[in-house]
Amino acid sequence: MSARIIVRVQKESFDAAAEAARLTQGSANIGALVSFTGLCRDEGGALAALEIEHYPGMAEAEINRAALEAAARWPLEAVLIVHRHGLIRPGEPIVLVVTASQHRGEAFAAASFLMDYLKTEAPFWKKQHLAGKGAGDWVEAKPQDHAAAQKWRA
Amino acid sequence: MKALYFAWVRERIGKAEEEIVPPENIKTVAELMAWLSGKGENYAAAFAHTKTMRAALDRIHVKHDASIRNACEIALFPPMTGG
Repeated sequence: MSARIIVRVQKESFDAAAEAARLTQGSANIGALVSFTGLCRDEGGALAALEIEHYPGMAEAEINRAALEAAARWPLEAVLIVHRHGLIRPGEPIVLVVTASQHRGEAFAAASFLMDYLKTEAPFWKKQHLAGKGAGDWVEAKPQDHAAAQKWRA
Repeated sequence: MKALYFAWVRERIGKAEEEIVPPENIKTVAELMAWLSGKGENYAAAFAHTKTMRAALDRIHVKHDASIRNACEIALFPPMTGG
């Protein structure tokens, strides 16, 4: 049985609860649903916004590859991934990963794997806009994100 | 071939994409970055520290020793910070 995979890269915001509800609709064999939402934080008031640049075409393709790999590793019923680009204000959602399976272990593991993968392999770059200062620095890749992604390769 | 630049690589070079015609002896991603860095101060600044930079050929991640000869599109960019 192959998992239903939905991937969207978009400028618009999204409603995580509505997306998750839609994913399980009409499916009677889903016993576990894990939903992760990544939000833009204001770094204690210092950050006015994040500007997210992406590689159109490759971003969608790369996320699809990740979803297919997750579905090959774990018996999943459905996977939904939404990643935004453009200007995002603190409090707004950036990314949504929803995994559905018969049992919780697979859904938790797949969601965790997908987020680790997105952090290091999906072609998106974040630029900080500082409060009262305009465009600031590009966010640097974190070694711990790289390490988290590597552990799935072991 | 078409070259695409993202994030600070794009900013340092001053353009998001361009058509490039690397000479015959430029065969790998690493060689292409070295060749590009000789195109001007802006390129030299973009490719000053290539070790951590990432590349994609026709929208697939590749390592620096990958051959560029059959690719239509190369993208060069810093480590990704999605999610």
